[in-house]
Amino acid sequence: MDATLGNRAKALLDVRGLTKVFGALKACDSVDLTIGKGEIHALLGENGAGKSTFVKMLFGALEPTGGTIYWKDQPVAISSPGEARGLGIGMVFQHFSLFDALTAAENIMLALNDPAPLATIAARAEELSHTYGLPLDPHAHVGDLSVGERQRIEITRCLLQDPELIILDEPTSVLTPQEADKLFETLEKLRSEGRSILYISHRLEEVKQLCDGATVLRQGRVVAHCDPRKETTSSLARMMVGDEVPHVDREKPAAAREALLAVRGLSREASHPFAVPLSDINLEVHAGEILGIAGVAGNGQGEFFEAVSGEVLQERANIIQICGKDAGRKDISGRRLMSAAFVPEERLGHAAAPQMTLSQNLLLSRYRTDALAFLARLGVVRGRAVGEATKRVVSTMDVRKSTPDPEATALSGGNLQKFVIGRELDRAPQVMVVNQPTWGVDAGAAVRIRQALVDLAKNGSAVLVISQDLDELFEICDSIAVMHGGRISAPIPVGEATYEEIGLLMGGSEPGQNPRPPVEVV
Amino acid sequence: MLESVLLTIATAATPLLIAAIGELVAERSGVLNLGVEGMMIMGAVTGFSVSLLSGSAWLGVVAAIVVGAAFALLFGFLTLTLVTNQVATGLALTLFGLGVSGMIGESFVGQPGMRLGVVDIPVLSDLPVVGRLVFGQDPLFYLSLLLTAGVAYFLFGTRAGLMLRAVGDNPASAHAQGISVIGIRYLAVMFGGACAGLAGAYLSLVYTPQWVENMTAGRGWIALALVVFASWRPWRVIAGAYLFGGVTIGQLHAQAIGVAIPSQMLSSLPYVATIVVLVVISQNRRLTMMNTPASLGRPFVPDR
Repeated sequence: MDATLGNRAKALLDVRGLTKVFGALKACDSVDLTIGKGEIHALLGENGAGKSTFVKMLFGALEPTGGTIYWKDQPVAISSPGEARGLGIGMVFQHFSLFDALTAAENIMLALNDPAPLATIAARAEELSHTYGLPLDPHAHVGDLSVGERQRIEITRCLLQDPELIILDEPTSVLTPQEADKLFETLEKLRSEGRSILYISHRLEEVKQLCDGATVLRQGRVVAHCDPRKETTSSLARMMVGDEVPHVDREKPAAAREALLAVRGLSREASHPFAVPLSDINLEVHAGEILGIAGVAGNGQGEFFEAVSGEVLQERANIIQICGKDAGRKDISGRRLMSAAFVPEERLGHAAAPQMTLSQNLLLSRYRTDALAFLARLGVVRGRAVGEATKRVVSTMDVRKSTPDPEATALSGGNLQKFVIGRELDRAPQVMVVNQPTWGVDAGAAVRIRQALVDLAKNGSAVLVISQDLDELFEICDSIAVMHGGRISAPIPVGEATYEEIGLLMGGSEPGQNPRPPVEVV
Repeated sequence: MLESVLLTIATAATPLLIAAIGELVAERSGVLNLGVEGMMIMGAVTGFSVSLLSGSAWLGVVAAIVVGAAFALLFGFLTLTLVTNQVATGLALTLFGLGVSGMIGESFVGQPGMRLGVVDIPVLSDLPVVGRLVFGQDPLFYLSLLLTAGVAYFLFGTRAGLMLRAVGDNPASAHAQGISVIGIRYLAVMFGGACAGLAGAYLSLVYTPQWVENMTAGRGWIALALVVFASWRPWRVIAGAYLFGGVTIGQLHAQAIGVAIPSQMLSSLPYVATIVVLVVISQNRRLTMMNTPASLGRPFVPDR
């Protein structure tokens, strides 16, 4: 960057002391940030560091408690997303921004302050998306599209407003490495046109590769402004996390032993229009082994988890085998009684009942397996035994809470995730199946959860981890299989796997083939 | 004979169509208002009493619309602003409407009411069979069809309709887009109330021009079922309303002829038909999921 552009007079956006208070919590505490014209600026921070709160204020979706936003040197009050768009600020949301029941063109039309008819908007969107290498079908229903395709709609929608500043919230967290590379090309093109980008991420490699400047947030405060190209990933990580970055200890497992979990020829039709059908899934997880299943969200992981956990029964009992016995016709309690444990993706509402206390939630998933300890005659609950088990889980997993037995919804995401995983681990199950164990969890909690899974495997259990986070899978797994379009690849031992190979499989390529561009829309 | 049967089917179907099309708009915005029956009966008693007191049937119609919308506004205030449970509030609204209408209407029981005159297009209405059916109906019959066409165009052909559907699909996203979720829901609910009030007025000013307590007789609930039956598509409401109207009138004639089936069984036919059709409809899951407002019945509170 030209040094003279760095001074304040030339800044496109200059934020001074922006603060947001929720009750007793300072989500953003006097945050300063400056972005020049044609700059890609990274906003780095752990989950819960205040990044989302900050950008919501920039985009007018939240009202700041204090501080000033200067846009082209003029102080502005942005009180609605419409005003932000009017100024020339566009935002690509990661979650909750598209309407599943509407078509791509209808989604785009909603965001534009443009009276043009739908057909015109559809044509313009199609043309613009091709210019930037983001092909999309304007008449497809969003509910039928992959996550990557949805992101293209979001970006196209944003670009149609001709913004000067584009805010991207964790854009690559749902993409394959190859899709991410295509996105970076698009971003480079936008920068060369003189547009500025605020790039929110916790992936340090891509920030180093892409960004001209970075602001690091920790617990709502700015801890550093830096040039990411001059930093190392570990120095950036230290800024984000504070102390030395923790890591998981893991030993090499002994040679493969008996298969504790086996899935044989699992197929499943799509149960609703937005579901992914599964076809002929076969896998085995052995004692002492951690098998990872990688894949972009929405490729059948949820459907697969339901079939393995017993939320959906199989036609034949031998499709799912737990500890060598047929389990395909057993429900979730039946499978738990065979010493299996399951942790679904959605912790609040699926793994835990939000309005119930931790001890009640513990009882809910274990009243059958621990009936002897937890229930007296006639099904009367032994409160003390359940309370002790809850305490044990809380102290083993270091669950932080403000009252002795809070409702599940009162816990932060990371703490609740530690609890729902610890609740199952406390039973010392022979088979453990976890879907997205550390999604949206801060680094400290993530390391603790991963360590707990590694320790479980070390003690001879079979662990199946479904995750979108490749770093996580490479860190803890013995081998990795990839799920794409409801099919699963053969597992690859971690020692032989590369990110590139896994990434290609995630994009739908068969091993050994030439790389294909990710899902083109006709 | 056939002509008069078809005419009565149209009068049986029209109030259902009007009430259902209003509720469809409310539900498309994500609000489930189970108070249709209550708003409808309030419309019936208001329409009857205002027209009797003022001497103008049209004034009664307007008053019924206003009262229906006012009841819906109350529902909106409770469920949207105070965020009460929509199901419980809707049921309460129905009970409240039935009670209040009985009280207001007490002095009108047995009095002969006003009747809304029929439109009579000269020459055309004298055509055989279709003449009176197409060109000699009451004005609200034509209004009900125009209303359906208008709602269909509004929902799928205008930007405001797109916004309303977006609010019903995903209020959090709509809010992030800068759409006023609560504002749109208020308007949609009030439109639903106005339609229910109009449907009520139809009952007491056209269908049977008199006031009888509980004269809606569950039509509000049928209208609610019709919305599901139509899988939230306006044109299909017409099919549902006329199917239901047809079965209702058909079983009356069957009773009159003296078919050897107990009359209670025949009277239950329309409701049985509704249940059967609902079961059949729900078999097509793709169609249902594409059209069901995803946030139906779920409250939304914007964070500020």
